[in-house]
Amino acid sequence: MHYLTIKNNQSVSLSEIPEVSYSTFLVLNTGMVAENLGRHCVNYFGYPDGDQIKLICCIADDTDHLIYISSCRVDVNTEYASFTAKNLCFEKFEREIHENFGVMYSDHPWLKPVRYAHDRVDMNEIIANYPFYSIDSEELHEVGVGPIHAGIIEPGHFRFICNGEQILHLEIQLGYQHRGIEKLFLETKKLNQLATLAENIAGDTAVGHSVAFAHVWESLCGFESTRDLDFARTVALELERIAIHTGDLSAGCTDIAYQLGSSVFGRLRTPIINFMQEWGGNRLSKGLIRPGQNKFPFTQALADRLKQVLDAFEPDFDEMNEVLFNMPSALSRFERTGVVSIEDAAAIGAVGMAARASGSARDIRLTHPHSLYAELNHEPFIKHHGDVYSRFQIRRKEVTQSIKYLRTLIADVPAVAEIKPAKATSAPGANLFTLSLVEGWRGEICHCAITNADGELKHYKIKDPSFHNWLALALSVRNNEISDFPICNKSFNLSYCGNDL
Amino acid sequence: MLSALLIVIAAIFFTGIIIRTKSLASGRKGPQIMQPVLDVIRLFRKGVVYSETTSFIFQIAPTIYFASVVMAMLVVPFGQSSGVLSFNGDFIFFAYVLALGKFFSIIAAMDTGSSFEGMGASREALYSMFAEPAFFILMGSLALLSGHTSFQEIFTALHIGSQISYALAALATFVILMIAMIESSRMPIDDPKTHLELTMIHEVMILDNSGFDLGLILTTGYLKFAIYGALIVNLFIGVIPYQYAIPSFFAIQFLMAVTIGIIESFMARFRMSHNPQFIVALTSVSLLIFFGVLLILNKFM
Repeated sequence: MHYLTIKNNQSVSLSEIPEVSYSTFLVLNTGMVAENLGRHCVNYFGYPDGDQIKLICCIADDTDHLIYISSCRVDVNTEYASFTAKNLCFEKFEREIHENFGVMYSDHPWLKPVRYAHDRVDMNEIIANYPFYSIDSEELHEVGVGPIHAGIIEPGHFRFICNGEQILHLEIQLGYQHRGIEKLFLETKKLNQLATLAENIAGDTAVGHSVAFAHVWESLCGFESTRDLDFARTVALELERIAIHTGDLSAGCTDIAYQLGSSVFGRLRTPIINFMQEWGGNRLSKGLIRPGQNKFPFTQALADRLKQVLDAFEPDFDEMNEVLFNMPSALSRFERTGVVSIEDAAAIGAVGMAARASGSARDIRLTHPHSLYAELNHEPFIKHHGDVYSRFQIRRKEVTQSIKYLRTLIADVPAVAEIKPAKATSAPGANLFTLSLVEGWRGEICHCAITNADGELKHYKIKDPSFHNWLALALSVRNNEISDFPICNKSFNLSYCGNDL
Repeated sequence: MLSALLIVIAAIFFTGIIIRTKSLASGRKGPQIMQPVLDVIRLFRKGVVYSETTSFIFQIAPTIYFASVVMAMLVVPFGQSSGVLSFNGDFIFFAYVLALGKFFSIIAAMDTGSSFEGMGASREALYSMFAEPAFFILMGSLALLSGHTSFQEIFTALHIGSQISYALAALATFVILMIAMIESSRMPIDDPKTHLELTMIHEVMILDNSGFDLGLILTTGYLKFAIYGALIVNLFIGVIPYQYAIPSFFAIQFLMAVTIGIIESFMARFRMSHNPQFIVALTSVSLLIFFGVLLILNKFM
C-alpha cells in the first residue's frame, strides 16, 4: 500500500504514513482524484524535515467516508513534475509549497506567490511586484481594484482585464492579511491561547475553525468527546450558518440596490447573533468552543429561548425570500450572472456552498460527519446552474434546513457530563498526525497537526474553504459585466484572512 | 424670476424628502429633511484637495457644471411668468447648456486618470446620449402642437388644448421623470447609495472631488432634480392663478420626491447592460407623444 486510510478526526502515528518516491506519489494522488469525481484534495502541504521537505497529501473520498494519506520527501533545489499539470485542483497547494520551501516545479502553469508568507524562501519576491497577467492590446483596458476595499472590509487586489464593460480575465492577488498564524500555533503553548488563535483564523467562521481545532486537539490527546460537547458544537455551527447566510442575503440585496431586502435580512441576522451572546457572551461566538470543555453548557432554558427566536425568525425570513426571489428586477440581476460551470467547479476542486451551487454534493456533514451530524442524516442542497441565483438560493435553503436541524436538536438537550478538562486535554501524544474536517458555513475547513517526540505541535496546517474558492470567483466573472463583479463577489463571500493566514 | 425662486426652494427639500422616504420604507427614522443641505453647507466651509495628476480642467469643471445648471434653471418658466431668460428655441438652449456642464464633468473625470472614473464617464456619456432624442422628440412634439418654440409659450398654449393634451401630458410626465432619474443618476439606472466603485455611474465620477467643489456638485444635483420637477409642473398648471399654481408646484415636487423614494426602496437596480435598452425605450414613448400630436393636428389625413 502506498497510502494510509484514516477517518475524519483520527490520529495516527506519523511513521504509519507510507513514504513513497515522488513519481509514485504523483501518480498515486493525481490518479486518485482523476479516477473518481467524489474525491478531492483536502490538504497538501510540506514541512521541513532535516534538509529535505516532507510532503503530505490528503485526499478525501466523499463516497466511502475515508481519507487517504500519503507522503514523500523532496529536495529543495531539484525540479519536479507538478501535480497541477495533471490536475488543476492542486494548483494553489503547489504554489504554496513552492513559495514556502522553494521546491521547484518544471511544468506548473501558474507558479505565482500565494500570500508572501513572512518565512518564504525568496525574500526578493515582494507584494508590490506581483507578476500580474496582462494582455498587450489597444482595445482592452485594465482596472485595478484594491488593495483597500471600497467597503473597507479586508484588503485584496483585483486586476481586471476588460473589453469595455465586459470582463475577460480577473486575477486576484492576496496576502495583505498574512499574520503567520500557522507559525503562531507552534509558538503558543497554552491551550486557551491556542483556542483563541483558532477562532481568529477567519473572523466570520469563529465556530467553524475553533471546532476544527478542538477536534484536532482532542484527537491528539486521545480525548473521547461527550454528547453535550458534540451537541453544543453542532448547535453553534448551525447558528453560525444561519447568521452568516442571512447577513449575506442582506449584503446581496445591498449590492443590487434592493433596499427592502437589505434592511429586512439585516434585521433578521441580529436576533440570531444576539442569541449567541446570551449563550456564550459573544455575538460572534468567540470563547464558546474550547477543546475538552463545555464552558457554556446549553441548558433547557436556552433551548426554550432558541425556540422562541427561531419561531419569530422563520416566518419573516420565508416571507422576505418569497418577495425577493419573485421580484423581476432582482432576478434579472441574479440569474445567469457569475456562472461557474459544473466542469470548472470540479476541476478546481471547489468546496462548500459554492461547489453545491455548481452541482457538487460535497458537504462534510454528509461525507465525513462529525459531532452529531451522523444522527441528523444530512442531505445537502444542490443546484446546477452555478450562477449568483443558485448561490443565494442555496443560502436560503440551508438556513431553512439549519432551522429544522436546530429544532430537532433542542428537542432533546443532553445533560452536561462531568469531565476533568485539565488532565484530559493537557498532553497530546508524541509523533502523531491528525486531520480534522469541519463543514463551516462557507465550506470545508481542514486542520492538520503533527506532533514531535515531546508531544508538542511540530506543524499545524490550516485550510480555509476560501483557499479553493477564490479561483472559482475569478472564473465566474469572465464574460460578465464589470458592474456585476460586486454581486458575484458577495455571492461567494470568501475570506481574505482565511486565505492569507 | 418666480420660477427660479421656487426651484431653489424646492431643491432645498427635494433630496431630503427622497432620503426620508427611503428611510421610512425600510423601517428607519432617517436623517432630518435638511440634512443634505447641511452637508453641502459643511462642504462649502472646507478647502479643496487636488490630485497632482489632474490639470486645470479638473479645477474649473465643478464651477462650469454648477453654472450650466443655473443657466438652465433661468430659462424654465412658471405658468404665466416666464423664466429670467425666454426666447424662441430656449428649450434647445436648455438641453445643450446642461450638456455643456455634463461634458465638463465627464472630461474632469477623465482628467484624473483613474480607471474607475473613466468607466463612470463613459457610462454617463452613453446614457446622456441615449436620453437626448427622448427629450427633443418630446419638446419638438409639444412645439409642433402649440406652434411655439419657447418653453413659456409652449406650456401656456398647451393648456388650451383638448383632453388628449392631458393624456399627452401624462406621457410627457413619465418621460421627463425618467430623464430626471437618468440625468441625476438615480435608480433604476444608477444606485446613489452604493459604495462599490465598479457599479457606480455618477458617484464614481466625483470620487476625486472634495470640499467646496464637491459641495458645488451636490448642489447642482439637487437643483437639477427641482428643475425637471418644475418642467413637469409646467405641463399641468398652464394659466391657472398663482394662489393655486404655487401650492400645486410644491405638491407635485413633493409627490415626485416621494415617488422616487418609493421606486428606490422597492426595486433593484437594472443590470448595466439593460440600461441602454431602457433609455432607448423612453425615446419610443416620446415618439408616441409625437404621433399623438400628429393625430390632434390631423396630419394623417
